[in-house]
Amino acid sequence: MKWFINLGANTLNRLEMFGRATFMLFGAIVAKPQPLKMIPLTIKQIHVVGVQSLLIIVVSGLFIGMVMALQGYTILVDYGAEGSLGPMVALSLLRELGPVVTALLFAGRAGSALTAEIGLMKATEQLSSLEMMAVDPLRRVIAPRLWAGIISMPMLALIFSAVGILGGHLVGVDWLGVDSGSYWSIMQATVDWNKDVVNGIIKSIVFAFVITWIATFKGYDSIPTSEGISKATTETVVFSSLAVLGLDFILTALMFGIE
Amino acid sequence: MKSKKAELLVGVFVALTIAAGLMLALNVANQSMASSEDSYILYAKFDNIGGLKVRSAVKVGGVTVGRVDNITLSNSDFTPLVTMSISTEFNQFPETSSVSILTSGLLGEQYIGFQPGFAIDGVENLAQGDYIEDTKSALVLEDLIGQFLFSSNDG
Repeated sequence: MKWFINLGANTLNRLEMFGRATFMLFGAIVAKPQPLKMIPLTIKQIHVVGVQSLLIIVVSGLFIGMVMALQGYTILVDYGAEGSLGPMVALSLLRELGPVVTALLFAGRAGSALTAEIGLMKATEQLSSLEMMAVDPLRRVIAPRLWAGIISMPMLALIFSAVGILGGHLVGVDWLGVDSGSYWSIMQATVDWNKDVVNGIIKSIVFAFVITWIATFKGYDSIPTSEGISKATTETVVFSSLAVLGLDFILTALMFGIE
Repeated sequence: MKSKKAELLVGVFVALTIAAGLMLALNVANQSMASSEDSYILYAKFDNIGGLKVRSAVKVGGVTVGRVDNITLSNSDFTPLVTMSISTEFNQFPETSSVSILTSGLLGEQYIGFQPGFAIDGVENLAQGDYIEDTKSALVLEDLIGQFLFSSNDG
């Protein structure tokens, strides 16, 4: 009996949380747009969320590309197919690793910071004071951060893939001696703009939306104590990482599973 | 001043993204040879298409002139029907042309080798919707081994 009560309460809590999250999203995004006020705020947030994540994205992209070239080369060279190194690196980066690894890094680097920032704003009653001054905190605080996240993460994913392909070139061509011409030309013959690149961008837009939504909501909904904020930050990283991995499987199945 | 710096850095960020996107478009995906170009459709029936896939290349002497658009089974005679879209840049192929399914390298992927025929008087050029009559099927390794065993047992 107790078990059922727990299950019911749990489900209701989840649903309520989902409802609050949706209300927050609508309040922040659907409300009457004010581009003159929104754009400067959003640019500032893109700086915080996107530009400051650039270093970790570039460095990890470079190393992931290099490691893939190294690992791929040792296997492909046995079959004399080291010319296929280019498409291997490019396709894995564009289709999977670019969007997914960027999303995971983004959740850890920017998502957690968003949650902690908004949570602390709530704990120090800055959000309430905004409301006292008749400024809607959803529009003033949440909306720019949401937009900034949704805009900057796909950009980061593109940069990640490009840098990773250059890293693969660095190891594969300059170090291990794969022919530079075949690295690029077989890659060009294999990679399709619509099927591979655009699908990767669509993936990263979906991930960006989910991560920033979770991050801003967890901050906005956190219990305004130091413990509550730490719990919210942890939940942001855990939930958004799981959501990204789960969604990635679904999106991959939809995009590449059925010919 | 602080916000000017932020704007500058965001500008650099956007420029980097555009550079990455351009690199992916031109260098990686080779967007310039995309299917958005004007193209016309040709059909060909094969006995066996082997490992041919949609989007496989159609090549004349190694130069890609088009791509495989669609592969279906013809309902009337149960043979595979391959739809190819050829760039209109190359629209001077005579009707006597032939197509065969070839493999790039020993383990490479399969593509359609397009062999332009002779242009004699009275032979028209291939146009939108034409069927190419002269086709050679894919080489299936198992068939080849079977034939080899058969012929070596004979002798």
